[in-house]
Amino acid sequence: MPTASKEIVVSNKLGLHARPAMQFVDLANQFKSDITVNKLGEEPAEADGKSVMQMIILAATEGTKMRIDATGDDAGEAVTKLAELFDSKFGEDE
Amino acid sequence: MKLKEFIVSEAIVPQLKAADRNEAIRELVASLAVAGALPESAVDEVVAALIKREQNGSTGFGKGVAVPHVKHANVKKMAGTVGRSVEGLDFAALDHQPVYSIVLLLSPENQPQQHLQAMNIIFSNLQKDMFRRFLKQADTREAIVELLDEADQGKQ
Repeated sequence: MPTASKEIVVSNKLGLHARPAMQFVDLANQFKSDITVNKLGEEPAEADGKSVMQMIILAATEGTKMRIDATGDDAGEAVTKLAELFDSKFGEDE
Repeated sequence: MKLKEFIVSEAIVPQLKAADRNEAIRELVASLAVAGALPESAVDEVVAALIKREQNGSTGFGKGVAVPHVKHANVKKMAGTVGRSVEGLDFAALDHQPVYSIVLLLSPENQPQQHLQAMNIIFSNLQKDMFRRFLKQADTREAIVELLDEADQGKQ
């Protein structure tokens, strides 16, 4: 099974609050691959990228390093698109 | 962070009178104002902001719970409360099921990290089947306070 992985940094000021978490999960659900998101650093934590509650529990603030892992036929595309979402700051201004 | 650091016990509503989402939000915000956690004059604006937030995307994330929340300039100190609906409310939840338990959170505008920590502890507990089951059944303010205390102590 293909796998893909990419590290990102939370760059929007408000962090991964409920709305971005939902945006992420909505996008993750468009892929067949299993998606997991790992919060890196001093308080590591793992979430199912298709669960809004688990994503919110990560409490990832601005500057937090994360890793997105995907396993499945569309893993490469999933990781690329999901990382772009972080880069876009989830459409927030700052 | 612990639930009791921001959940205002006196503002907990164990039996909501509200028959729909908007009424439930108003009832809980009004209860926070009565408890002194929010100025009376800010109630209308905060209720409107919470409803707008729900319209942009439901905070009914499934399994019978909803977490309406907003960051608002008129909120000086983070404050939350809990409401329980016996009949269940339509929150346009992601799983299309009625909502029986509501945790409502008001945060100041300029403290996103504190807000994320509060959401973290709320959802860490709401993820637990036992916590959700007990919360749905806790029919007095005292029972809900006790449940929150136990959750803070890691007993669930």
